[in-house]
Amino acid sequence: MSQLKTAHSSSEDFPPVLALQNICKNFTGVRALNNVSLNLYPGQVTALVGENGAGKSTVVKILTGIHQPSSGEILLAGEQVQFATAHHAASAGVTAIHQETVLFDDLNVAENIYIGHAPRSRFGLIDTQAMRQQAKALLDDIGADISPTAMLRDLGIANKHMVAIARALSIDARVVIMDEPTAALSHKEINELYVLVEKLKSQGKAILFISHKFDEIFSIADRFTVFRDGGFIGEGKIKGVNESELVKMMVGRPVDQIFPTRQPDLGNEILQVSKYCHPTEFDDISFTLRRGEILGFYGLVGAGRSEVMQSLFGIKRPCSGTASVDGKRLEIRSPADAIAHGIVYVPEDRGKQGAITTLPIFQNVSLPSLQQTSRRGFIRLAQEFALTRKYTERLDLRAAALDQNVAELSGGNQQKVVIAKWLATQPKVIVLDEPTKGIDVGSKAAVHEFMAELASQGLAVIMVSSEIPEMLGMSDRVIVMREGRMVTELRGDSLTPETLVRHAAGIGEE
Amino acid sequence: MNNTVQTMPDHLRSPFSSKVKSWETLLLLVAIGIFILNSFSSPYFLDAWNLSDATFNFTEKAMIAFAMALLIISGEIDLSVASIIALASTAMGAAAQFGAGTAELVFVGLTVGICCGAFNALLVTVMGLPSIVVTIGTMSLFRGISYIVLGDGSYRGYPEDFAFFGQGYVGWVISFELALFGGLAVFYWVLLHKTNFGRAVYTIGNNPVAALFSGIRVQRVKFILFLLTGLMSGVAAVCLTSRLGSTRPSIGVGMELEVVTMVVLGGVSILGGSGSIVGVVLAALVMGLMTFGLGLLNVPGIVMSIFLGLLLIGVIALPRLWSRYVSRTE
Repeated sequence: MSQLKTAHSSSEDFPPVLALQNICKNFTGVRALNNVSLNLYPGQVTALVGENGAGKSTVVKILTGIHQPSSGEILLAGEQVQFATAHHAASAGVTAIHQETVLFDDLNVAENIYIGHAPRSRFGLIDTQAMRQQAKALLDDIGADISPTAMLRDLGIANKHMVAIARALSIDARVVIMDEPTAALSHKEINELYVLVEKLKSQGKAILFISHKFDEIFSIADRFTVFRDGGFIGEGKIKGVNESELVKMMVGRPVDQIFPTRQPDLGNEILQVSKYCHPTEFDDISFTLRRGEILGFYGLVGAGRSEVMQSLFGIKRPCSGTASVDGKRLEIRSPADAIAHGIVYVPEDRGKQGAITTLPIFQNVSLPSLQQTSRRGFIRLAQEFALTRKYTERLDLRAAALDQNVAELSGGNQQKVVIAKWLATQPKVIVLDEPTKGIDVGSKAAVHEFMAELASQGLAVIMVSSEIPEMLGMSDRVIVMREGRMVTELRGDSLTPETLVRHAAGIGEE
Repeated sequence: MNNTVQTMPDHLRSPFSSKVKSWETLLLLVAIGIFILNSFSSPYFLDAWNLSDATFNFTEKAMIAFAMALLIISGEIDLSVASIIALASTAMGAAAQFGAGTAELVFVGLTVGICCGAFNALLVTVMGLPSIVVTIGTMSLFRGISYIVLGDGSYRGYPEDFAFFGQGYVGWVISFELALFGGLAVFYWVLLHKTNFGRAVYTIGNNPVAALFSGIRVQRVKFILFLLTGLMSGVAAVCLTSRLGSTRPSIGVGMELEVVTMVVLGGVSILGGSGSIVGVVLAALVMGLMTFGLGLLNVPGIVMSIFLGLLLIGVIALPRLWSRYVSRTE
């Protein structure tokens, strides 16, 4: 590590345009950042790497003026500065494109781009004409074919992202922060984003790139900085490291095996879904699932996978078709019914659907099992804590206490709370929708291992995922969906990255 | 607890220390402060019968406030409660004209309350309309019916023993209303803080989507909460009608805002998700003591509402200003 540090200080041609030096940040009793440094160079992409909870988001918030450091210095082109508010940071030329872009559905594209700093006419009113022209120029510049007068609501997610980027560039930015910009993008859109990043580099902008995906980091970044547990671990040039070295720095230990090896022991058929239809989302879905099996559902975003699972769980009502568990036909009108029949669902959107983040861990875990822990409808806290302890310890949850709010946990630990909640109900079928989306490498491996363990104990597992390695590494069998229909079922030798992508995208064999 | 294996504790801070710093403690201090101020400023204050009379200031409102607290914690609101009182009272008055006895009158009052609550519940949970709009509508609707039935007139002639609910005493200075208030406080405290139902209410208020995804029957819980609020408005209608001995269509007008004030002053988040029954009880006492004290000082009712408004803003603003000051000096 010390080697890496010295390497950079001697071989740099340009001084960093923005530098954080010895930054500490305390939140009531918790040290989020401990003496971290970060250098951003003009015309270069610096990847900030670290597990969830490493302090990446806190650094972004300090750079954009949302948080103030408890100690340490921020140097802008060598001058010490303070970003007291978000406005200060923006006028200093620091701009951020966030994970979940903060845009306004009911404003049009130009208004979204220029909100807060719209061009003014002589009387101090917003100069709509100029705003639209400038917005058009910006959008053309990044190669986005979007009308400035279109309502944001009517745009797809990729175009919304382009608007967010245009918005970030509408202030004359010297430093552009991209916080997991590819999380919601398709393969093609990601490539377009790469082109854009190259363009920004050629304009001499310094880019801070935050991502969990290593292939992205290695294809786009020039430099890297690694944080772990709020501390600075090292930095250097991407060319000087390989993937496993970077992972090792991130987690502090080598991750030798990514997926657990399994000897699937398939039991009897437990779930049958037959001719499930929905007026708009999906059509003619039939499949079966056996105990001990992990069944993958692969497809592009919008293929209807989550919708099938949600109707199985009672959130969406199918217009026809049947589902049965253990040969018994189900009447599922609500999630409560599904849970009673032993079907549980770990949703994709952890913060909104999976966990109630403003409530403590134990209340989240015990929620679907309250019948079990209570007596005649009266709460018994001791039983709730015991139940919570039993299942969170099985999952190796890391938290300060069981009455800590879920919001204070890292993404990986939040997911563990959601999984613990469902295991406590002793389900027969567990559906995991993008179970490792946005969580760090260490927690990912833990979730995968746990899935394998559950299957080996006879639980039937359905995994919806868009990550090909995960699909291949975990599933016994994969159903591919496209535009609401089942395209094919793959297993064994036919299950390869190519066949998955080919069927999901609808590219024929010929 | 144990030194060898590091296990996760149940609690981060002791439950006691978080109670000391809570909103309820602040309210208790405010209540004691007002009590002391009152006893110095008027020689008539520290009299058991006077104090007992003073409880009528808040008992009827507080009965509704308990149910309203649950409703607001769940993220909904019912602004039609005062109008439900008017409609229930009008129905009781009409029944009394046909010679209904006390038991029938109570039955009529409570039934009308529940029916009004069910009407609100249907519109909100089945039709999926926002409760603030629905209950502003039914606020006009319910009282409007009373005005059509009564016009400028009023109903009198309630049976003699009907007066017990608003004017009777169960022992020494403890009025029936005060005893009922105490009983309901315990009932709602248990319901909100000690049962699965109460847990569901909090869960829904914090995140209705995740609550649904966790198997909570969200619409059913909300339906029950509207029914309860309607029922409590019916109970309040029985007490108020009995106390006044007559029904006019303007009965209890504006009371919905005082009920909501009581709930918010009690520390219930107007956005839902948090609050406690102890807080609402203390808020009821604070409001009651203050109105009574100002009354003893011959402060007119209009000026009183100014004090009440200032109290609400003050109690809500001060802790925020204080915490901002603390975080700045840190």
